[in-house]
Amino acid sequence: MKATKSGLLVETGDAALTRGMEGSRGNRISLIRAGRAALRVLNWLCMLLLVLVFALPFGWMISTSLKTMPETMIFPPEWIPKQPVWQNYADAWNTGPFLRYFMNSVIIAIGILICQALTIIPAAYAFARYQFIGSKLLFSVVMVTLMIPAQLIFLPVYLELSALKLLNTHLGLILPFASSAFGIFLLRQGFMQVPEELIEAARLDQAKEWKIIAKLMVPMVKPVLITFALFSFIAHWNDYFWPLVMTTNETARTLPLGIAKIREVEGVATWNTLMAGNLILVAPILVVFFFSQRHIIRAFVYSGVK
Amino acid sequence: MATIELINISKKYKDETIIADLNLTIKDGSFTVLVGPSGCGKSTTLRMIAGLEQITGGEIRIDGKRVNETAPGHRDVAMVFQNYALYPTMTVRGNIEFGLKNRGIAKRERDTLVADIAEIVGLAPLLDRKPQQLSGGQRQRVALARAMVKKPKVFILDEPLSNLDAKLRNQMRTELIQLHKRLGTTFVYVTHDQVEAMSMGDEIVVMNKGLIQQADSPMNLYYDPANLFTAQFIGTPAMNVLDTRDVSGLMLQSESTVSHIGFRPERAQIEAGQQLDGFRISGEVMTRESLGAENIYQIKAASGVFFVKTFLEPLYEAPALSVVVPYEQLYCFGPDGKRLAGVKVQERQLAMAGGV
Repeated sequence: MKATKSGLLVETGDAALTRGMEGSRGNRISLIRAGRAALRVLNWLCMLLLVLVFALPFGWMISTSLKTMPETMIFPPEWIPKQPVWQNYADAWNTGPFLRYFMNSVIIAIGILICQALTIIPAAYAFARYQFIGSKLLFSVVMVTLMIPAQLIFLPVYLELSALKLLNTHLGLILPFASSAFGIFLLRQGFMQVPEELIEAARLDQAKEWKIIAKLMVPMVKPVLITFALFSFIAHWNDYFWPLVMTTNETARTLPLGIAKIREVEGVATWNTLMAGNLILVAPILVVFFFSQRHIIRAFVYSGVK
Repeated sequence: MATIELINISKKYKDETIIADLNLTIKDGSFTVLVGPSGCGKSTTLRMIAGLEQITGGEIRIDGKRVNETAPGHRDVAMVFQNYALYPTMTVRGNIEFGLKNRGIAKRERDTLVADIAEIVGLAPLLDRKPQQLSGGQRQRVALARAMVKKPKVFILDEPLSNLDAKLRNQMRTELIQLHKRLGTTFVYVTHDQVEAMSMGDEIVVMNKGLIQQADSPMNLYYDPANLFTAQFIGTPAMNVLDTRDVSGLMLQSESTVSHIGFRPERAQIEAGQQLDGFRISGEVMTRESLGAENIYQIKAASGVFFVKTFLEPLYEAPALSVVVPYEQLYCFGPDGKRLAGVKVQERQLAMAGGV
C-alpha cells in the first residue's frame, strides 16, 4: 500500500512531499529492520537460556567426574578441575562387575527392541490396514494399557515371572516389554498415511503381505520407527525401577543399578566416582542420538508428536 | 492377450448398489475405454477386473478362465494408477523389478528385462533415481514400464493422464496408442474425458449410474448414439436437445412418441442470405467463442438454448441468427431417452397444421 501511495505522489510531481514520504518510509524500514534484529537477538537469548538449562547440569556432571573428592566439596565450586582425575572412571568401573552390568544392559535393551519390532510392526499394520470384527475395541484395549503405570502391575508380574522361574534372567527383563502400546500407536499413524494405491500396486506385483510390510511399509515409516526405537532404547537403558524389582542378584542387573550402588561405597557420597559412572551410562545414548538426530527431528514433524 | 468377459456383475457397498447387472465382453487385443461421469462405476468395474475390488455377484473371466477367486497378482493383469503409485523408497529400477522379484525371476534375466524396458520408454539414464526426483511425465513412464515389464495379458489404466499438463497429455496419448499397437495386448482404459476416449479407444463403453449406456466404436457412438445420454456425452459441445413440445414447424411421423429431438452443433448451418432446406430455428446470440478455425455460438431460441459450431467461416456479429439443420441430421428420442429409428421428419405444412 505504502509503495503505491508514494508511486502516485511521484506521478503528481510534488517532489518535496515525495521526498518527505520517501524519508519517513526509509525511517520506517530501518525501524522494522532494527525490530527484526532485536527479535532475532531475543530469540537467540531464549535459545541460549534453554541450552543452559539442559547443558549446565550435564557440564556439571562432566566437571565433577574429573575432580578429586575434596574438590567436589569446595565452595564456591570450580568449573574446571585443576588436574583432571581420569582415575574416577576406572574407580567407577571397578566398584562392581561393570562389564557384566554393561552387557546385561546391552542384551536387555536390544532384546526388547527386537521383540518390539517383531510385535508392533505387524500389529500396527493390521490396525492401520485391516477392518476386522472388534478391531476398534482391540485398539482401544491397546491404548488403555498406555495409561497403566508399571508400579501398579509390578507385583503380579513379579509373581508370574517367579512362577515361570524367570527372575534374574535376561528373558524376565525383556518379556514384560516385548510389545509397546505407544509403538503400535505411533506406527499405526505412520502406516495410515501410506496411500492405499501403493499397497494395491504391490498386490498386483504379486507381493505377499509380509513382503508388503517389509519392503514397502517399513521403509516408508523409517523415521517413525527410528524415533520409537530410540525412545524405547533410552527408556530401557535408563530404566531403574523394573530391573531393581525383578532382580535379586547380579546375573541380570543393569548399569543403572550398578551406578546406584557406587553411592553406598564406604558410606560416603563419592560424587566424583558417581558422576563418572553416570557418564559411562549415558555415553552410548549420546552416540546413538548423535547418529540418528536427523531422523528424530523428521519423525517428530512427520507424526505430529511434540 | 486375452478376452475379458464380465457376466451379470454386481457390486454393492453395504446397502448401496454401485453396479446392478453388468454384462460386457472386452475383445482380445482391443483398446477399450470405459468412459462416464464421476461415480458412474467405471473405476469400480476396472478395479473388479484387476481383483482389487471383490465382486458381489456374477463372474469375471479372463481368457476364458473364471478369476473371481484369483488374487490380483495372479490374474496376469498390470495396472497403471492415476497417481502412478510408485514405491517412493525404491529406485526406478527397484520399482520396475519388484514384480519380477516376486515372481522369482533370476537376477540376470531381470536385469535384461529392466534394461530392455527402460530403453523402450526412455528411462535408461534414470534407473538409479528415486521417484521423487522425476518429473510427472517421467513418473508416468516408470508406471508404464513397471506394468509392461511383467508382460501381462491385460493392461489396465485408471485415468493415467489426468495428472499431466495439457501438452504432455497429448504426447502421452499418442505414445499410449503406439504402445498398444506394438504390444497388441488388451488395454482397458478408464477416463472421464470423452475426447481422450474418442481419440484413443477402438471400443468405447459409455457408462452412467452403474449401467452401460452404449458399447461401440467411436464412429458409431458419434453418428449413431443409442440414447440421449450417449448423444449428450460424446461431442464438444454436446448434442443440442430440444423438447418436442417447445418445437414448432416440424412434423414427426413415428410409431411411438417422440419426446426430444437433437442435432449436433456442427451440423447446424447459419443462414446468411442463402435459403437452406431443413429444420429452421432462430434466436438471440448469447455468446460467441472464436477459436480461430472454429467458432461456437450459444443461441437462445424460444425452444431452448443451443450451440452451433462452424468451421472456417467468418464470425457472425449479428445479435440474432437463424440456423438450419438438415432433416436427416435430426435425432429423435423417446420419453425413456432411447433413440428412435425410422422417424420421418418433414416441414409442417402451414395450411394443414392450422397456421402454427
